[in-house]
Amino acid sequence: MFSYCADPDTLGTFRWFSCYLTNGVHMSFYLSFIKVLALLAITAPVALAFGFAGAMSARSHVLPVSWLGKGYIAIVRGVPDIAFFLFFVIALDQAFEWTRHQILCPDWTDPIRQGNDFLVCSQAKLPLGTSPEWVHQTYGFFLAVVTFAIVFGAFAGNVLFGGMRAVPHAQLETAEAYGMSRRQTFWRILVPQMWVYALPGLSNLWMVLIKATPLLFLLGVEDIVYWARELGGTKTSKFTAYPHGDWRMWYFLFLLVFYLAFTRVSEIALERLMQKLSHGQATTGGEAQRKEAVA
Amino acid sequence: MSNCLQTIQDYGLRSLGYGERLLPKTDFTLCEQFTLIGSGMIWNIYFGIMALVTGFFLATALALGKASSNIWLRKPAEWFIFLFRGSPLFIQFFFAYFFFLSLKKAYPMFDAFTSAWLGALIVLFFNTAAYSGEIFYGALRSIPKGDVEAADAYGMSGWSRFRRVIWPTMLRLAWPAYTNEAIFLFHATTLVFFSAFPAWRQKGDALYYASYFADKTFNPFVPYPILAFYFILLTLVVVGIFGLINARLNRHLPTAKKAKMRFRPNLVR
Repeated sequence: MFSYCADPDTLGTFRWFSCYLTNGVHMSFYLSFIKVLALLAITAPVALAFGFAGAMSARSHVLPVSWLGKGYIAIVRGVPDIAFFLFFVIALDQAFEWTRHQILCPDWTDPIRQGNDFLVCSQAKLPLGTSPEWVHQTYGFFLAVVTFAIVFGAFAGNVLFGGMRAVPHAQLETAEAYGMSRRQTFWRILVPQMWVYALPGLSNLWMVLIKATPLLFLLGVEDIVYWARELGGTKTSKFTAYPHGDWRMWYFLFLLVFYLAFTRVSEIALERLMQKLSHGQATTGGEAQRKEAVA
Repeated sequence: MSNCLQTIQDYGLRSLGYGERLLPKTDFTLCEQFTLIGSGMIWNIYFGIMALVTGFFLATALALGKASSNIWLRKPAEWFIFLFRGSPLFIQFFFAYFFFLSLKKAYPMFDAFTSAWLGALIVLFFNTAAYSGEIFYGALRSIPKGDVEAADAYGMSGWSRFRRVIWPTMLRLAWPAYTNEAIFLFHATTLVFFSAFPAWRQKGDALYYASYFADKTFNPFVPYPILAFYFILLTLVVVGIFGLINARLNRHLPTAKKAKMRFRPNLVR
């Protein structure tokens, strides 16, 4: 990065570190933080949408649809989430490849599951064997996002379902008395009012989501955990210009501090949001604000 | 059937290192998968119970510390809780492992800390203590004022007031949330062998074996549902035991006022 970095052996401590921390692999390390933030930015709305769909179908009057929604919400609880992460990545990958296989190679006769193997025709492979490295990486990241969205969608569905039930029933009855259909009642009365009730649960979920991001490592994405392990390991002068001992402890200490700072900032921001949403509401939070303003 | 009994004999205690040394390599039967994953559950139960029992006492101390008016007690408790609740358990495992590894290099007596049975247990112990400490702290603050005043009126103070009034009420109020925390802790034990702690001689937990089978067969649809089955069973047992304790904590109350147990874990930490 800097001009004096050409020969690191001769540098003093400070300059050595300034070169070490800005070399090529460290740039990949910093880039992986962006990956984590991107995952959060994409997953949060998608999971919310999944959760909304789940909560909506759980409320449905058509029994099978309601079972589907309730089952989706219930099944992810009770089983360790990490098992779901490991499960969905393989299951989704195989589901995509199987579907493509059925469409692209209809005259393939061999069974797909041969003993311990999962074989599809080469046109159906995802990503194609010939595609460049970045396609593989993006596909892995895409699978991770879908997996996170499915698992966290179930959590969000649970919270939203609770929020929908917390809306005072009189509101819905009034809407019915005015002659609104079920659909109108849902979209015009229930949905606008449920957010205040769902927000504490959703903000808790956001914190949980932040703390789940290191699990990306298990899904085979080159994330911050991967790079911290890579970069922290002992390096000898044979392979790098910056030899050092086992520094993994310090790299993980840095990750720990990063997450602590991130959750702290989110906590403060969500607290502000709650203050804002409570303003003028007929809840204890809103009442406390009113009293403060009067006194 | 006799085949399966043989498998159970060979692999039933495999996770502890007894029985057959090599894991099955080909032609996995359903029985093998059930046995090995079940054998791995021993570790999940060990980590869960040990961390819960030890964590309970530290959690009580942390809750009292956080509610204390003395700044020298309050600040450390607050920081401890923030440190372990604000960061991912996964990263805590990694950091602890590499920390113990460096300690071991300097002082060989820390050898045991780098293996999962002790090192990971310490992390889980601190972690659950922090989460339960926050739950207990919340309960401590919502103890009805009248209860404490009544204790004062009876002339109780200090230890006897804590032991007879404050502590039981705190537990009673915190118990539903604490049940969720316990479930959530058992689920968290699956992270141990997926973070840095090595499964020495393939002695791993349930998820370790489940992912072993999924990797070998490319078929996630058998081992993970088996794992799910075991965990749902474990969850039901935990809910049952904690429900009994809850009934005992609430036994002096009229039926209508008893705290309802609600199963509502929030899984990832």
